[in-house]
Amino acid sequence: MSTSDYDPACLPDLLPLYYRRLFPFSQYYRWLSYGGVSKNYFQNREFSFTLKDDIYVRYQSFTTQNELEKEMQKMVPYKIDIGAVYSHRPSQHNAVKSGTFQALEKELVFDIDMTDYDDVRRCCSAADICSKCWTLMTIAIRILDRALREDFGFHHLLWVYSGRRGVHCWVCDDAARKLSVAARSAVAEYLSLVKGGEETVRKVVLSDPIHPFINHSLSVVERYFQQYAIVDQDILGSKESVDKVLAVLSPLCRQMKSFTREGSSVSYDLHFSCVSVKSNSKKGGQYFDKEIMLQYCYPRLDVNVSKGVNHLLKSPFSVHPKTGRISVPIDLKELDTFDPFEVPTISLICEELEKPRAEEAEEDDMKDKENEQEAGERRRIRDYKRTSLAKYVKVFDRFLEAMARSRKGEMLKKSDLQKDF
Amino acid sequence: MQFPGRRKKVIGSSQNDLYDHCLQFYGQPPLENISLTEFETFAVERLKLLKSVENIGVSYVKNSEQYVKKLDAEFSSLNFPLRTELGDRRVQGGTSEYEKRRKDHISHFILRLAYCQTEDLRRWFIQQEMDLFRYRFGELTSKHKTDFLHKNNLKYETVSAEEKKSLKDKLITSSYGLSGITVEEYDFYKVPFQDALDLVRTRKVYLLAGNAYIPHHEIVTIVLNDFRTRLSKALAMTARSLPAVQSDERLQPLLSHLSHAYVGQDYSIQKNMGKISLEQIDALSGKSFPLCMRHLHKALRENHHLRHGGRMQYGLFLKGIGLTLDQALQFWRSEFVKGKVDADKFDKAYAYSVRHMFGKEGKRTDYTPYSCMKVILSNPPSQGDYHGCPFRHSDPELLKQKLQNYKVSPSGINQILELVKGMHYQLACQKYFELTHNVEDAGFSLNHPNQYFTESQKLLGGGLEIKKEVDMSQRSQENPANMTRPSQANSKQAHEEMGDLDSFFQDE
Repeated sequence: MSTSDYDPACLPDLLPLYYRRLFPFSQYYRWLSYGGVSKNYFQNREFSFTLKDDIYVRYQSFTTQNELEKEMQKMVPYKIDIGAVYSHRPSQHNAVKSGTFQALEKELVFDIDMTDYDDVRRCCSAADICSKCWTLMTIAIRILDRALREDFGFHHLLWVYSGRRGVHCWVCDDAARKLSVAARSAVAEYLSLVKGGEETVRKVVLSDPIHPFINHSLSVVERYFQQYAIVDQDILGSKESVDKVLAVLSPLCRQMKSFTREGSSVSYDLHFSCVSVKSNSKKGGQYFDKEIMLQYCYPRLDVNVSKGVNHLLKSPFSVHPKTGRISVPIDLKELDTFDPFEVPTISLICEELEKPRAEEAEEDDMKDKENEQEAGERRRIRDYKRTSLAKYVKVFDRFLEAMARSRKGEMLKKSDLQKDF
Repeated sequence: MQFPGRRKKVIGSSQNDLYDHCLQFYGQPPLENISLTEFETFAVERLKLLKSVENIGVSYVKNSEQYVKKLDAEFSSLNFPLRTELGDRRVQGGTSEYEKRRKDHISHFILRLAYCQTEDLRRWFIQQEMDLFRYRFGELTSKHKTDFLHKNNLKYETVSAEEKKSLKDKLITSSYGLSGITVEEYDFYKVPFQDALDLVRTRKVYLLAGNAYIPHHEIVTIVLNDFRTRLSKALAMTARSLPAVQSDERLQPLLSHLSHAYVGQDYSIQKNMGKISLEQIDALSGKSFPLCMRHLHKALRENHHLRHGGRMQYGLFLKGIGLTLDQALQFWRSEFVKGKVDADKFDKAYAYSVRHMFGKEGKRTDYTPYSCMKVILSNPPSQGDYHGCPFRHSDPELLKQKLQNYKVSPSGINQILELVKGMHYQLACQKYFELTHNVEDAGFSLNHPNQYFTESQKLLGGGLEIKKEVDMSQRSQENPANMTRPSQANSKQAHEEMGDLDSFFQDE
């Protein structure tokens, strides 16, 4: 069983073990160094830790992978956040002349949180999630991943499960890390379709012409809508929920005469017949069905998370203290079968670590005795490979490989241009 | 830029290279020598142009027909380059196209010096220059637009015909107002999305692989962003090198006045002196005074006192409408004596300052009444003060109440408050003029309280014919001490040289 009875009270015992033997430090360091192309990129990166008893410390920075490991093992953070790459070492920011310490670069990030969908979820609310509403995350990932790659031309996206009720996206391309605040906010707005808070009933408004981005997004939503909204969420299942759907449209329709639903077809059609809208100049009403689908399913982003260059976001591979789950990378090739409830918890992987080892392990132990330092690493690698964490680290490895290949390609291109052979 | 007194002629052959397009990005500063006169003239004319851009931009929808018409007129009257080709023989006497472009170039850089110093000045300057640029770019032919882009290294590739064909449907649905035909005909530019943020943010453009596909007519937005960025950076750099420029004492007074410049009549010499009697003032304050002066007059009547700032602003205004020194002394004494000041104290303390205003004491400068700019920008009022511009300095609620007391209609009040919100204080006052005089259009561009009075009297047939007296607009309004003797002599000489520039100082 995945959860293996996780109990938050065990964290103080489990975390040290996790940081000593399971946290993938070398991959982590490899990621944040970005091939060492920019000097001091890792050294000037801000981390923040939340320690036991909710003590929060900012402006942590480290000079080497080793220092990072030692500090994390010493401080045993309950939560880890990653911030921006600054102009100076964050740990020395007080020594810098005021005004000169500035956030320079950071990945472009997105945070999709299930609570933002509470007005359209019937199965759960607040911090709860279930397999029925998880589809919303799947839809969000598909739509955003496509747009970021095809429309914006980004290549290196890391999607991470947040550990409880959402997903994060880290866009790691060079160009993405260098984006200004204005550019980040423009990207986030381009990707936003659902607008309005408590007081807004109709949150999606479409008008001619429909931008290709919206059409792409709609085709993703349509793929899932039948199963998700009609079956799982059962949005037409009770008078109350039907009324809710109609309420979205009521400003436009004088009277809903009837509507039908086609239970078996893959693409779902909502038929509405309305008395025509009184001399209202807006042509509104022709895209009802699309607007409803989008309002119920389209990703809801928090623009503020994406805007700020210095915004801190939960780190991949950190533990979620409430659920015990590790924030693991999501393999988009297996997206439709991803189950948040199968994500390993810290208690599970620690338990897996303690299981008796196979015979080959003894040979490895002999090799270790020869070289202590490398041994530590090798041991760690062997260790996580024995746990459920393995497959997620593999996803991370592939992501890092792709970035390395791309960097190599860039360098070759550059040296070709400079006729440097 | 070096500024010896002599003017040097530019060699003819390089003419065509230097200014081969009527529009430019102002990337390179001018490298020639010019006279101080030209320096001043150019600056003043461009300032007038920018102020017109501002005013017209508020009164009419930007780039609408009327906007274009009005701005066209300003361009021709002020001799700035618009569309014509360099070698265009259509120029009718007056300045050649080349001269116009040269003026455009030089005047822009001079104003940079004057407007780089504070955030507010920079913002204003950038805003007007951008509007100006947008207007001029819009007036170019398609060919000239492309020329301009190429000359300025805006390396935006055009999209090939095949690519356009394959993306046709997507292009049509992503940009406003496009059809299959226009997509085929028009040029599209591939621009990295970071350079087209406004279009990306509102999803008004097609994006593919990080590039925005911009139709030709939208390219101006991109160009404008580029323009704004460059100008912003340039102004910051200019500000840093400003101290060196300001140490040149010929330039320092001019530059510091330009940003507060009032470029019209200065109402210092009035031919109608003595044509107003003191008894008329109360009535006139309600009919023909601008709100600031009406406010000051009322405060004076109620409190029998005004502080220094109020005395200066109001006192000089009264001088401007025709009060003699004796009348002024009588006016102020009679009011102050009703308050806490006895006649003796008045003669000792306050009379001196009244005489000072009339140039009868101290340096004997005949001070000129304050323009709107001066009232709005300098010496803001504090507790116990009644001077300043009510549209600028009063809390909107209080302003509203005051206007209600003065029986301005509610819709009129709303219009005024809208203008105030947009920081168009002089236009708000103009609107006040229109509402209190019951006219649709004031018929003038307000920038001086005495102008308000004159126009009001004209309208009401008050019979006060004020002859226009021309004077140097750059004459400091308080302190000629900034200029040392030699430069004062210099500007006197410049003044004679500027004899034919009377045309600047006509009211509309």
